[in-house]
Amino acid sequence: MTGNNPLVSFTGVTRTYGEGGGLVRALAGVDLTINRGEFIAIMGPSGSGKSTAMNIIGCLDRPTGGSFRFLGVEVNHLGQDQRALLRRNFIGFVFQGFNLLNRTTAIENVELPLIYRGMARHERRERAMEALHLVGLQGREHHTPGELSGGQQQRVAIARAIVTDPLLLLADEPTGNLDSQRSLEIMELIARLNEERGITVVMVTHEPDMAAFAHRIIRFVDGHIASDEQKVAA
Amino acid sequence: MLWETVKLAMSSIRRNVLRSILTLLGIVIGVGAVIAMVTLGNGASSKVTENLSKLGSNMLIVRPGQINFGPGGATDARAFDERDVTALKNNLAGIKGVAPTAQKQMKVVSGALNYDATVTGTNVDWFTVQDWTLEDGRVFSDSEMRAGASVCVIGATIRRELFAGQDPIGERLRIGNFSCEVIASMAPKGQSAFGTDQDSIVVLPLRTYHRRIAGNTRIGTISISVTEAADIPRVQRDAEDVLRERRRIAPGEEDDFTIRDLTQILATMASTTTILTGLLGAVAAVSLLVGGIGIMNIMLVSVTERTREIGIRLAIGALERQVLTQFLVEAVVLALFGGVLGIAIGLGLAAAGAAVMDVPFNADLRVIALAFAVSALIGVIFGFFPARRAARLDPIEALRRE
Repeated sequence: MTGNNPLVSFTGVTRTYGEGGGLVRALAGVDLTINRGEFIAIMGPSGSGKSTAMNIIGCLDRPTGGSFRFLGVEVNHLGQDQRALLRRNFIGFVFQGFNLLNRTTAIENVELPLIYRGMARHERRERAMEALHLVGLQGREHHTPGELSGGQQQRVAIARAIVTDPLLLLADEPTGNLDSQRSLEIMELIARLNEERGITVVMVTHEPDMAAFAHRIIRFVDGHIASDEQKVAA
Repeated sequence: MLWETVKLAMSSIRRNVLRSILTLLGIVIGVGAVIAMVTLGNGASSKVTENLSKLGSNMLIVRPGQINFGPGGATDARAFDERDVTALKNNLAGIKGVAPTAQKQMKVVSGALNYDATVTGTNVDWFTVQDWTLEDGRVFSDSEMRAGASVCVIGATIRRELFAGQDPIGERLRIGNFSCEVIASMAPKGQSAFGTDQDSIVVLPLRTYHRRIAGNTRIGTISISVTEAADIPRVQRDAEDVLRERRRIAPGEEDDFTIRDLTQILATMASTTTILTGLLGAVAAVSLLVGGIGIMNIMLVSVTERTREIGIRLAIGALERQVLTQFLVEAVVLALFGGVLGIAIGLGLAAAGAAVMDVPFNADLRVIALAFAVSALIGVIFGFFPARRAARLDPIEALRRE
């Protein structure tokens, strides 16, 4: 099923909200192809359509018009549960606000996606442990988010995103809530995951310093792609 | 997966113990009331059944006068006499015995002790009809019956109160200015269904009672014991015919006596208990409904509070069905928790009530299982709507919520 298809392809994708006079065009005909192994930063002012594009790439939202394919599969007509299965099997999410479950230990947070996959408890523990080690959180498995710093919480979120071995890691301003030192550490971690594990990364960010880690920078303006630069040096 | 969901539900209930308990109050009260009532009701009806057998089964009671409930009351009718008893005995088939009784409450004295007793004049059949057993001694002989001898049989209470620790046989008992020799004592029967002590009794031959106590030959009540329960209606009709003839009641005229089937009276009492249980059951059902709505309310609050959590779960790949299950299980666990609490409280109340009312404590496992199942059902029914709302949330909207 993965074949030679690009991971993500947009063909004339539009996304509108509301109707009549209150109609808002968040995406006004976007063409975009993302191949496996890429590290992409999406930039643009707020309201430019970058979040909408992220939601569509993450199979959380569907386009109003045009075609969006994930691994060659037309997602437009898939229902809630079928899209949930795509997310579960191929996509990991990292959010700006970490979005960990409160009062739930780090390891339990990381195990969560595996629970929905119906994985046995023992195997689940093992894989969650591995993921936490990978992000450098060994020894903090049984701390709850409240007992962890912002940088540590974001590491837990990254561990949760990669514990399923996804093809695609979607990060929505992953360093938005962190100081510059923590931000650099998180970016290094994400870059390493892209390089060593071949995970495709698509990241929304405001900060050019963070975008510099990516190999390709896409800028959105008014629902269009204004520029799409491939970094030659990388 | 299910076990994970149950554990998750438990932790979310623990997170808010006070709120959970308040939510559950309706179910706790409803289930508790049902369990307490049914358990007590069972105890009461088994007590009634026990009393039935103590009174002697298959018994018809004949009294002079038409006993009307309501205004008027008993009419002043002629009492029975010994010839009525003989006529009944000779003309009825399929009976174990016919016992006349004439009674009076009197003080009985032995030495320095005295006690209030029901002084009863009757015949030997009475012991069979009323199902009394002798602890020791003997019943009246034919000659004692005929002669109206000064002999008596005493109940367990009289034996205890007046002859504590010693053998009463051969002792003398004084009733007013009459004195008799105790020839037997009877095994205890305990309280009657109406709450009086049946063992506070002194039994005399009918003729002795008439001559020495009453000063007349009236018989207040005739008890007839029927051998087969199926024969009761026939014996009742036959007895009516015999008595109408003896009392010269013209055809078409009303009886001036009443024949009642004791089994029926007690069955009526038992059914009253059943009606009461049913009524309280209805109250409990309303309480359960209120409890269910409470659960729905708290689950809706919980879904709103945890919108973000639901968003996270949906984003990382939870199916609608899995979120639905999570919240449904939570509602069911909550309801079952209430059910178990209610069952415990209900049984506790029933045990206390049984002790106070002096009825046996009969916990019915089927009722407990039913209460458990009903609690779970309430969880499912009232948890479904909030759970579906959670499952249908839009993950993007849910994640945006603070």
